[in-house]
Order: sequence, then C-alpha cells, then structure tokens
Amino acid sequence: MQFAIRTTIAAVAMLASAAHAQVTVKDAWVRATVPQQKATGAFMQLQSAKDSRLVSTNSPLTPDVEVHEMAMQGNVMKMRQVPAIELPAGKVVDLKPGGYHIMLMNLTQPVKEGETVALTLTFEGKDGQRETVDVKAPVHPLNSGAVPVMHGSHKH
Amino acid sequence: MDTHSRHRRHAIRCGVLACLLAGAGCRKPAAAFHGIDVTGADYGSDFRLNDPEGRERTLADFKGKAVMMFFGFTQCPDVCPTYLVRAAEVKRLLGADGERLQVLFVTLDPERDTPEVLKAYAAAFDPSFIGLYADARRTAEAAQHFKVYFKKVPTGNSYTLDHSALSYVYDPTGRLRLVLRHDQSAQDCADDLRQILHPA
Repeated sequence: MQFAIRTTIAAVAMLASAAHAQVTVKDAWVRATVPQQKATGAFMQLQSAKDSRLVSTNSPLTPDVEVHEMAMQGNVMKMRQVPAIELPAGKVVDLKPGGYHIMLMNLTQPVKEGETVALTLTFEGKDGQRETVDVKAPVHPLNSGAVPVMHGSHKH
Repeated sequence: MDTHSRHRRHAIRCGVLACLLAGAGCRKPAAAFHGIDVTGADYGSDFRLNDPEGRERTLADFKGKAVMMFFGFTQCPDVCPTYLVRAAEVKRLLGADGERLQVLFVTLDPERDTPEVLKAYAAAFDPSFIGLYADARRTAEAAQHFKVYFKKVPTGNSYTLDHSALSYVYDPTGRLRLVLRHDQSAQDCADDLRQILHPA
C-alpha cells in the first residue's frame, strides 16, 4: 500500500516537472570502458521546444565532464570542448559518434555494461532562464556502433 | 580478320609488353579498390612495436594474413571505437577469409594506454584483435614512418589527441597496399580485403 502511494507521488512529481520542461532527452547511453581506461563518452538526442542551448553537464561519476565536438579535418580527427550546443526550437540535435558527445574524463573506476550513469544537463533559454534535466544513461557495450540497439547487447 | 586490324593488335601487344618491361613506371591497370591504392609506397614498410604481453612484433609475424592497422587511443569515444567496430564487421563479412585478417590497433597515447588497457580494449571488439604500443620516442618514430599526424591537446584537467584516422592494409606477403579512409563502409573495406586476399 505504501509502495503504491510512494510510486503515485513520484509519478505525479515526474509529470509535474515534465510539464515545465522545454528540453527532452532521448536514447541516452554511455560507452563502457575497460579497467584503467580513463575516459568515455555519453551520447543522446536532444530536442527543445523553444530556442535553447546546452550550457553545462555534470555527473557524480567524475568532476571532469565536458561537451565535445568531433570534427574531421581532411583525414585528421580532432575533438574540442565546445562552450554550448545550440538547440534551435523543435530541432532534434544528435550527440553521436561523428559529432557531439559528452566526455567523462579522469575516471577512477570502470564503467560497466548494464550499469547506469547519472548525468545532469543544464540548458539555458534565450531569456537566460536555466533548466536542469536529470538523465540516467544506461551503459552500452564498448563495441557499440553509432546507433546502438536499445535492448540486449548484440552489436550491429 | 583483315591485315590492318592484325597489325593493330600486334602493335598493341608490343606496346603492352614494352610497358611491362619498362617496369615500375607503368603497371597494368590496378584492381578497382574503394580505398586508396598505395602499392609501391616508400612508407609504412614495417613496424617494431610491443604487444600487451611485452613481445616485440613486426609485420613478418603476420605473414600469410592480410593486416589492417590503425593508430588511435582508447580515451577516444568516437573514431577509435568506430574503427574497431567496423573492423569486427569487416571480419564477419569476410566469412571464412576472416581468419586471414589480422587487425591491429596502435596506441598514440602510451602514457595512458598501458598494456593491460590495450589488451582488454582490443579484445572487447574481437578476441583476435591486437593492441600494440611502444615508448613515446618509438611511438613518434612509428607515426612518422606511417605519415600519421598526431598531437596532444589539453582539455580541462585532461588531454585528448588529434590524430589521422586512416587505416593501413598489408597483403599476405607483407606489402603495404591500401589506405582506407574513416568514412569507408565495412562492406567496401571487406570488398577491398577480399581482393587483397584473393589477387586476380
């Protein structure tokens, strides 16, 4: 009985926060690491109802979280921190291999397939209003392709 | 056939023969590869790098197999896993020929990519893949020999590496034959490797 009440309250709370949310985060995932590997990436799809930008990211996993963009210059791969990712109203913006990702660096423990990584994303609208979204990103196999299967661990 | 065409065919045959005799300057038309044909290139002729068990490996160790080699680093969440995922897919597409493909991953970041990390990382994509490393000086020498560009770039409290994202393919006799671009599909790479393993 208590569980049912708690679940209902939680569901209502989630609905309430969703009603105010401008930004939706979909299909978030983090690439698994092998022991002693010090960094990995998080990928996801972002969409904002109004013009917005992703301005910061945090995670309890590590203090060193940055938003990066990968760009090919000819045949040379370069990754650079970007101060923000623009989210034009209604546009789906992909954080995926070949483009943007969230870098999680200086890891002190491996990130294992089947676990979940908590991420807090902060968005800023044109009016300067900020909104945070908590994401629980499942960890997918290290050898996941650009578009990983959501269920099961078989690779493309 | 009339005399005129017979003379033409004879002339063409002589031309081809002359061409073949002339040697390097004139090869018979290359097979149609998706990758860049670098047969005869004066770089990437060999390497001397350590495997995760600390054994020194050179190209000769893999004679009889086609070798596909890439330079990267494990803290790279994008291009390097993508290369290895593609390599695993190429091996799968080759079917039985997959046993004659050796995939190598050379780290440009030996500071962080210890033998233990390399061994686990390569194996995560396929148990046959081998990670290779050397000390900073020999890593730089190997990269230079392969004309691989790389540069350490600080970011926050860490660093990333800019690096060329090309793969190098050797035939089973140990000759460098192809350079594959990062955007080449697994199918195109498999087609190229099949030709390398089964020369016409």
